[in-house]
Amino acid sequence: MQFWAQTLNSLALGGLLFLLAAGFSLIFGLMRIANLTHGALFMVGAYLGATLLKVVPSLWLAALLSGVAVAAFGGLLERFILRKLGGNVLGQVLVTLGIAYILADLCLVVWGGDPIPIPTPPLLQQPLRVAGFMFPAYRLAVVVVALAAAIGLFFLIEKTRLGAMIRAGVDDMEMARAVGIPVSRLFTVVFCLGAGLAGAGGVIGGPILSAYPGLDADMLPLALIVVILGGVGSLVGAFAGSFITGFVYTFGVALFPQLAYVVLFLPMIVVIAFRPRGLFGKFPA
Amino acid sequence: MKKKVWIFVFLTILIFLPLISGEFFVNLASQVLIFAVFAASINLLLGYGGLATLGHASYLGVAAYCSALLSLKLGLAHWATAPLALAGTTAMAALFGLIALRASGLGFLMLTLALSQVLWGTAYRWVGLTDGDNGLRGLTRPAPFGINLDDARAFYWFTLAVCAVSIWLMARFVDSPFGAALKGARDQPRRMSALGYDVWLVRWITFVYAGFWGAVAGLLFVYYHKYIHPISLSLTNSAEGLLAVIAGGSGTLAGPIAGAAIVMVLKNYVSSYIERWNMLLGFVFVLIVVFMPEGVVPGAKRIYLRCRQRFTSRT
Repeated sequence: MQFWAQTLNSLALGGLLFLLAAGFSLIFGLMRIANLTHGALFMVGAYLGATLLKVVPSLWLAALLSGVAVAAFGGLLERFILRKLGGNVLGQVLVTLGIAYILADLCLVVWGGDPIPIPTPPLLQQPLRVAGFMFPAYRLAVVVVALAAAIGLFFLIEKTRLGAMIRAGVDDMEMARAVGIPVSRLFTVVFCLGAGLAGAGGVIGGPILSAYPGLDADMLPLALIVVILGGVGSLVGAFAGSFITGFVYTFGVALFPQLAYVVLFLPMIVVIAFRPRGLFGKFPA
Repeated sequence: MKKKVWIFVFLTILIFLPLISGEFFVNLASQVLIFAVFAASINLLLGYGGLATLGHASYLGVAAYCSALLSLKLGLAHWATAPLALAGTTAMAALFGLIALRASGLGFLMLTLALSQVLWGTAYRWVGLTDGDNGLRGLTRPAPFGINLDDARAFYWFTLAVCAVSIWLMARFVDSPFGAALKGARDQPRRMSALGYDVWLVRWITFVYAGFWGAVAGLLFVYYHKYIHPISLSLTNSAEGLLAVIAGGSGTLAGPIAGAAIVMVLKNYVSSYIERWNMLLGFVFVLIVVFMPEGVVPGAKRIYLRCRQRFTSRT
């Protein structure tokens, strides 16, 4: 029983990590920058969701609205700050780090230092009975949402014209520019998409993690580990990396609570040692 | 020659500083010096090696924790804890270098960040060893040759001596033929390997050397505060170090020192008026990267040269 419950927890965490890391990975793949605001965007999303829930009735609607708001912020960030530093990769990364600090501190100013719980939707509060076992329904729902997001993203990237342009940009940006793909506009689109996913992920993760100061610093290394594991710019890699990290982290916390962080980074070392580009990456980070 | 005169004048001013200023400024100056060693060690990687690290607080924090734990748990004296902490931290740097240098560029940055976050999380959660969020207290300062360092001025001179030697040794490292190879590996890694240099090894040695000096800064840090908290291992600490290097000017000798002074003065002085240090840190980061990417020291030098040029062309 304990084992199955932990498995479900792992899957739920993996799903949340996918929402966080898919955008991080796409942004890295296309723009070749590590967006260090990603943890902060997740946290801002969670806080916005907690506030929105006082107005709107449904968690999913709050997640959507919060995702849109964070996506808009991401678009502004990309358009007005990161673009100014085009070509200066280190500068861009440092600016994202600076923005992350500003956002984290703003959250502290606006929402205070105490954790804000985000209630589980009433429909999903009852545990689900399967074969005599009780499973928390909300965690199952998170897994379903993450799977839906994964399938949606997969179709977007693999089957649509926009996705084809993004893939072309990831593979060879100069060639993509040369054949007339508006790569700069793609940057904004992908940045919005990644930020929005992180923001919505923060709300969806809310009932499990709640919104608290330091959530950004907890989530950012997980996203990094997912992307290093799975390989940058690869959706499949982000998917696999998320669930591996979810399992390792959940079981690590359960079995070795004090050393969970050390256990977390073991698979990363193994992958880096034998395959520096990550499991599904096309090029080394 | 002229450079040596400047260094001599600067050192003399620093030596006599405690005689004219109060204890607050002496303590602030000690913190600046400690941070300057830390920033200079980051500068080895960022400025001369072209390797942006966001995990350098690992070495500062681990050395500080080692020193603290060895004296608290095993009751060792300072003459034993200091070399053990330095050796242990340098060994860790050697191991982390093996992992982080599998990548270069942003992969290196992400790996160093991930590794340091692992240490930070462990320091927070392994309450049995590190006492978690409470930090470790009850530490003492060493008393080399029977000199009591609990006095602010004595500690300042001790720190100044260590800092001067550290920065001198780092400058020697950079000016040596090995340093030339390091700069070559930064600018033209392919050509350097075609010339027969092992670029990876050059970077790894630099990584370990920088880790060692980070550990030295960590020892000074724990002696100064007589207290250690997981926040010393955090991304914020690494980021402050990186900011100091970039603000001062990476790849210069004076840059990290000027940068350390800027960051420490901001942190200690301004944050006593404004509560929001993290927000200020973020804004300074953004402003410096956007408006003064080369740093204060090269920027000031450029303005100085331009003024002199204008002056000489007029006469």
